[in-house]
Amino acid sequence: MYTAPHIVLPQIPNLHRIDTYLANGGYAAYRKALSMTPDQVIDEVKRSGLRGRGGACFPTGLKWSFMPKGNDKPKYLAINGDESEPGSFKDRQIFESNPHQLIEGILIAGYAMGVKQAFIYIRGEYHKWVNMMEDAVREAYDKGYVGERMKQTFGGDYTIDIVVHKGAGAYICGEETSLMNSLEGDRAYPRFKPPFPANKGLWGMPTTINNVETIATVPAILSMGADAYSKIGAPGHAGTILYGVSGHVNKPGVYELPTGALLTDIIQNVCGGVPGNKKVKAVIPGGSSMPPLRGDEIEGVRMDEESLKVLGTHIGTAGIMVMDEDTDIVKVTLRIARFYHHESCGQCTPCREGCGWMEKVLHRIEHGDATSSDIDLLLNVASNIEGNTICALGDAAAWPVRGFILKFREEFEARCKPQRNYISLNVVHGRRATADTLTRSY
Amino acid sequence: MTFTSDELATIATLKAQYPHPKAAIMPVLYMAQKKWGWISDDVVRTVADVMELPTSHVKGVASFYTMYFKKPMGKHHIQVCTNVSCMLRGGEAIYDHVKQRFGIGHNEATADGTISLEEVECMGACGGAPMIAINEDFYENVSLATVDAVIDGHVKKA
Ligand SMILES: Cc1cc2nc3c(=O)[nH]c(=O)nc-3n(C[C@H](O)[C@H](O)[C@H](O)COP(=O)(O)O)c2cc1C
Ligand code: SF4
Ligand code: FES
Repeated sequence: MYTAPHIVLPQIPNLHRIDTYLANGGYAAYRKALSMTPDQVIDEVKRSGLRGRGGACFPTGLKWSFMPKGNDKPKYLAINGDESEPGSFKDRQIFESNPHQLIEGILIAGYAMGVKQAFIYIRGEYHKWVNMMEDAVREAYDKGYVGERMKQTFGGDYTIDIVVHKGAGAYICGEETSLMNSLEGDRAYPRFKPPFPANKGLWGMPTTINNVETIATVPAILSMGADAYSKIGAPGHAGTILYGVSGHVNKPGVYELPTGALLTDIIQNVCGGVPGNKKVKAVIPGGSSMPPLRGDEIEGVRMDEESLKVLGTHIGTAGIMVMDEDTDIVKVTLRIARFYHHESCGQCTPCREGCGWMEKVLHRIEHGDATSSDIDLLLNVASNIEGNTICALGDAAAWPVRGFILKFREEFEARCKPQRNYISLNVVHGRRATADTLTRSY
Repeated sequence: MTFTSDELATIATLKAQYPHPKAAIMPVLYMAQKKWGWISDDVVRTVADVMELPTSHVKGVASFYTMYFKKPMGKHHIQVCTNVSCMLRGGEAIYDHVKQRFGIGHNEATADGTISLEEVECMGACGGAPMIAINEDFYENVSLATVDAVIDGHVKKA
């Protein structure tokens, strides 16, 4: 069905062991990088068209080129394996099945940017996968593929150290500036940007933050060459991508396919369709913060950033959540709002208060205790969060609420009382504002 | 409440991994939690001592994260995911069942201290939804029919 090569997750048994990895051409891409200048490597990644797999799709080569040249101060690379956005579970597969390709990617990225120390930040709940990654790093040190002994293994002067750092349960640590505070040993509050990490990142030094899958893709690009890579998948968003499909499909899981794959193909053919042959009601295309698509609009939809942008949503983490016709959309929206409220770090008023508010109003709707004006209130709160916060968690909370209402307003209306209940209104009068007064005052 | 000399040596190694020793606070808090079960005020003081940081800083960091326990938890800490992918496949019913079976709610432990329960956000295992975790082990594709056996199996194994 799809002929794209499995380049991030090749189906080779025991690939997590360095011997197997070496026997299958491992660390040859790094040797190739060493035969180029650092700038040539950055250029190659630029030409490949690789865009970040952490959610924002930022061009990777361009990001690397922001790092200052020269070695007058230390520079750092942080690998983002926080993977806490609901619906996302693909980086875990890399830790488990192909950790050495991530390490080799770190070597290449480090060489290109002149970084001597890298950190792999992995969410705390992934105990087993933290251990797997630590084992792989240890094996690489033991065999001289990381650290001081790289000089003997590869020749030349360049060396890099890698530390695996375990998080402790906070979604916000996936946000890049929060991750840096967490790593430095502070409370993980996101930082204002600018300054951008490439100028002032970890410990005040130039830092690049990339997603696990992004970096694990880099060795494949060096091996096959930028031209070949850029021809895989959709124009404008090249390559293969790890789609993590969950929810109402018969065969959920992580699948490596080209970007631009047809969403219906993924659901029906790759994942074996919807249990009980039910209809699809909604699909979240890229993790819980991305606006949903209605089941009746997924025909012909291609899973790449440019195609999804036209439809008002994004590829995000490519975590596809499928919901069948019996799904309670209001309940799903409430659950998502509850998540973002729980995870808001509380620094910015619009996010802290707005997320709480959205959860409360949705709760009211779910319990049949609201009127239509509460739906408009939700839209209002969402717009007031968006763009008014330090980090993008605010947007991540606002988008799905607005998206579900815009696409499924009738389901929200159906849960609302046709008229305001004036008796209970009188009771709360003076104790809290009503939806009407609140929407008017905006 | 003190670390052994072996543990202190480990802590020194951890500190040396980073450009600044403060970064070792998270792994050291994990060590402390493993040893003493949860992060009490005494533990905070001990960690502050070895980290040469103010207790307020250690407390601030420990309280930021959900995985550092603020009170004693059970020997077997059961985490049930009820986020969207798990919810779509029955995660809430599993959570309710575990609640009833042990008579405890979110972040509570049984009186004998063997079991505690936490309703958790997405654990990054959505392809195996619904899932639960017990201590550090993930159990995926559980159902109302199998969850009791999964829990009992884990308790027996430990
Ligand atoms: C609230 C929030 C959570 C995020 N969580 C993650 C995450 O778990 N993993 C990740 O790679 N990026 C996450 N990101 C995006 C990062 O900030 C950053 O853009 C990304 O790691 C950059 O890597 P890339 O360029 O390779 O995609 C998150 C962003 C926000 C705002
Ligand atoms: S937007 Fe929310 S999560 Fe981000 S810094 Fe502000 S309060 Fe914290
Ligand atoms: S939603 Fe339960 S593991 Fe992701």
